[in-house]
Amino acid sequence: MADRDTTGEGATPDAGGASAEDTAPRESWQIGASHRKVDAMERMRGVTRYTDDLKLPGLLHCKIKRSPHAHANIVSMDTSKAMAMEGVFAVVTGKDFPIPYGVIPWTPDENALCVEKVCHVGDGVAAVAAADEDTANAAIDLIEVEYEVLPAYYDPQDALAEDAVSINPWSRKGNNLSKDVVLEFGDPDAAIEGADLVVRGDYHFEGTTHAAIEPHCAVASVEPGSGVLTVWSATQVSHYLHRELAKVLEVPAHRIRVIQPPLGGAFGGKSEPFDLEFCVAKLSMMTGRPVKCLYTREEVFYSHRGRHPMKMSYETGFSKDGKITGVASRTFLDGGAYSSFGLVTTYYSGQLLCAPYDFPAYRFHSTRAYTNKPACGPKRGHGSVQPRFAMEIQLDKAAEQLGLDPIDLRRRNHIGSDRATINGLMVGSNGFLDCLGSVERRSGWVTRRPALGYGRGLGIAGSTYISGTNYPIYPNEMPQAAVQICLDRSGRARVFSGANDIGQGSNTMLAVITSEELGLPLEDIRVLSADSDLCPVDLGAYSSRITLMVGNACLDAAKKLRRKVCGAVAKRWEVPRKRVTLAGRRAIDIEDPERNVPLAEAFQWAEADHGLLGETGSYNTPKDRHGSYRGGTIGASPAYSFTAHLAEVDVDDETGVVSVERIWCAHDCGRALSRKIVEGQIEGSSYMGFGEAIMEEHLVDGAHSGVHAGPNLLDYRIPTSVDTPDIEAIIVEAPDAQGPYGAKEAGEGPLHSSIPAIANAIYDAVGVRLDRLPFSPPRVLAAIEERKAREASGELAPHKGNPGDEKRSA
Amino acid sequence: MAQPRLLQLRINGASHHVAAPSHWTLLEVLRYELDLIGTKQGCDKGDCGACTVQVDGHPVLSCLTLACQAQGRAVQTVEGLGFSSPSGCHPLQDAFDRYDAAQCGFCTPGILMSAHAMIERLRRPVTRDEAKEGIAGNLCRCTGYTKIIDAIVDASERVFGEAGAATASGEAVTHG
Repeated sequence: MADRDTTGEGATPDAGGASAEDTAPRESWQIGASHRKVDAMERMRGVTRYTDDLKLPGLLHCKIKRSPHAHANIVSMDTSKAMAMEGVFAVVTGKDFPIPYGVIPWTPDENALCVEKVCHVGDGVAAVAAADEDTANAAIDLIEVEYEVLPAYYDPQDALAEDAVSINPWSRKGNNLSKDVVLEFGDPDAAIEGADLVVRGDYHFEGTTHAAIEPHCAVASVEPGSGVLTVWSATQVSHYLHRELAKVLEVPAHRIRVIQPPLGGAFGGKSEPFDLEFCVAKLSMMTGRPVKCLYTREEVFYSHRGRHPMKMSYETGFSKDGKITGVASRTFLDGGAYSSFGLVTTYYSGQLLCAPYDFPAYRFHSTRAYTNKPACGPKRGHGSVQPRFAMEIQLDKAAEQLGLDPIDLRRRNHIGSDRATINGLMVGSNGFLDCLGSVERRSGWVTRRPALGYGRGLGIAGSTYISGTNYPIYPNEMPQAAVQICLDRSGRARVFSGANDIGQGSNTMLAVITSEELGLPLEDIRVLSADSDLCPVDLGAYSSRITLMVGNACLDAAKKLRRKVCGAVAKRWEVPRKRVTLAGRRAIDIEDPERNVPLAEAFQWAEADHGLLGETGSYNTPKDRHGSYRGGTIGASPAYSFTAHLAEVDVDDETGVVSVERIWCAHDCGRALSRKIVEGQIEGSSYMGFGEAIMEEHLVDGAHSGVHAGPNLLDYRIPTSVDTPDIEAIIVEAPDAQGPYGAKEAGEGPLHSSIPAIANAIYDAVGVRLDRLPFSPPRVLAAIEERKAREASGELAPHKGNPGDEKRSA
Repeated sequence: MAQPRLLQLRINGASHHVAAPSHWTLLEVLRYELDLIGTKQGCDKGDCGACTVQVDGHPVLSCLTLACQAQGRAVQTVEGLGFSSPSGCHPLQDAFDRYDAAQCGFCTPGILMSAHAMIERLRRPVTRDEAKEGIAGNLCRCTGYTKIIDAIVDASERVFGEAGAATASGEAVTHG
């Protein structure tokens, strides 16, 4: 990158039109640069206050008593001893929260605390507010609960059995059915029957969890007099929390203020209300004192809402030349005890599979069941990471059987840009071929892959993801995103946004757009976000929506202000407005750059002309980008990102240990607004997928009464710095007409293909297909030994001429 | 509740007298009594490393260290890291900022304390593998570690490298 001194004098004014209505491209002074994040240094100095860092006078501590049983009726509960304990201020139980809630308005099926029954180990049954944590912990031990234990189910198909006891107390469908979706496009049965090659496979994606390093935490306080309830929460969906608090607590929304303090990671794990937010709010209302609840790490694991375990059966038809003729799948989702986002997850398990490959016939049938486990929900790449695992291994199997290069096979099925998928979703820009080409070149695939000996392999996979959902969670016609920007006479901008910065850098993204349009350096821009009293509503940090949606809203507001400021300067210089541009903290005459003024002065001129300089910007989605069938709006997005992963592995055939040596990930983000932040999203996604592939397993143990197999960060292993492979992030830019400056998402898409790329690399290395996650040493070793037995019997030729004991030399 | 006991602690060069129950960890005293909230609690059982501080220059997990064990020793937290630098931020912090090595930033104070202890021990530019080893006890869930490693290597070159080595830090970054 050329020297981009954007701190002041060195900035180059643009050459094109500066007028907001002039759509001619002008040279960017910020877009695509690398930036220091607007809020990172204070985090590194240790002065940023996350939710658990908040202190208020008279703060009480809340602890929640949790069920030891996977499935039981609550026969009776006695809280009197806890209530009588010195230092205990209040106790609440499920009876204090009779109104059920759910992040999806169609499936409100959980209570803040259990009312009549518990549905998984760790379900909350009561909560106390006490003077300190030790007292609160002692008090919940004094709460006596009598349970009537019920049969528990840990497998979705067991739970769906006709004679199974119903788990969820609010379920209306019966038989533990949470959601069933069958969608068919074209004639998949005929397509598969008539195919030259049919690949059939059963896949099992074990559940995984988010494991953000910051545990969930919430603080509530009631203002004396006005009675306004303030809830600070480590949430990624302030607005949905706000709505559910109002509903469950029966307090009007305008009397509640929700603030999301700086957040310590989320990944989908904080994208709905949790029991602690309702408990601290209620306890604060009862006691008149501020109340805090911080989950223990064990509670974080039991609150879960992580990736659904999925059992998937796939049939994929191919023609001789490698074209996909049809896809049919049958999927069972293990939903856990509550719906969470499960309605959407069930759709996503099929709807998001129809790109980047084109195929003329498709059917998916997905069934989500309630089980006696912590509820599953959205984790980075919601619902579509699991089927992508199956799909990309299917393609790899086909390439081998057809004698085609796996990258070539993917190219042959490329769906292209500006066209609808088989299920009616409109794809705009599409950089998938560039993604494939980039990882092919960088990895040396063409020359290195054939040369790698036994034990070493390369694998490829591709994927797509949404840039936000076209429709909000609750139906309404209001904008999906809104931003307000104020300029003041000191030469500064304040950006008010409801968006939740969860570490992905959305505050910086907003500052970059504001900077680009208004000519201010980032340090002159203050982003105030996620405070419902200060900021316009935003729907939250989920489904990779913020850059496209909130970015567009911000761009709208910034352009309106740019027009006013440029107009005020042009008036005084007596030139057309399009001759004025804003960059490097100055307003500049494009045709005579010697003529320029500090932005503060330009803002003062504009304020004199227009009054206080504030503008709002809104964004709403296009409504013509989905199929016209029931469920056709689910999966519809303004724009789709594309990714290709290429993994290099080394497999030890004596131990089954898979060492991922390197990952190349090329991601089409439309346009990188801030380069290093986008790279960070690609690297973090690749890392997270790698962890799921190799070591992560969110197991609830039916053989041990439904307890979690290891609810801590030692037993639930996530990759350390020495486990993690070198990750090469490659930014591909296919600008999309729907995105701000062409930008699409980067936060979730780059996870999807990470996992199957590793699976396919393992096959290339040692010739074993791993259709079940994770690829742990016992599982890999068993597969290798099975293959070796078949080789010994003459059924299979030695993989890559496996020399047996001589082993690989490199 | 256990009776508080008076502790004398030396933290970031300053002396503190704190009354805390004797079972309290150093993490609890730092966060609850001294409001040094830069030290984070991620798991409270020694798995994640977010609570890493230095005691006599060695990285330790403050959630597994009783506060009384730190008496008579020099405790350094992330809040003290920039003290010695005229800019108010240590070259490690500056490098993390330039590389966008902190996403959510929750693990960052612990990682900075581990990395700082390592480069002060080695007192030379570190390799990528050394940087990885140096923070192997700190879990980061956001970054995939790539930019953290970049930043540690860069900072070690700036602090301990020969003059001139410092310029080889990659592309220019917008400060504004």
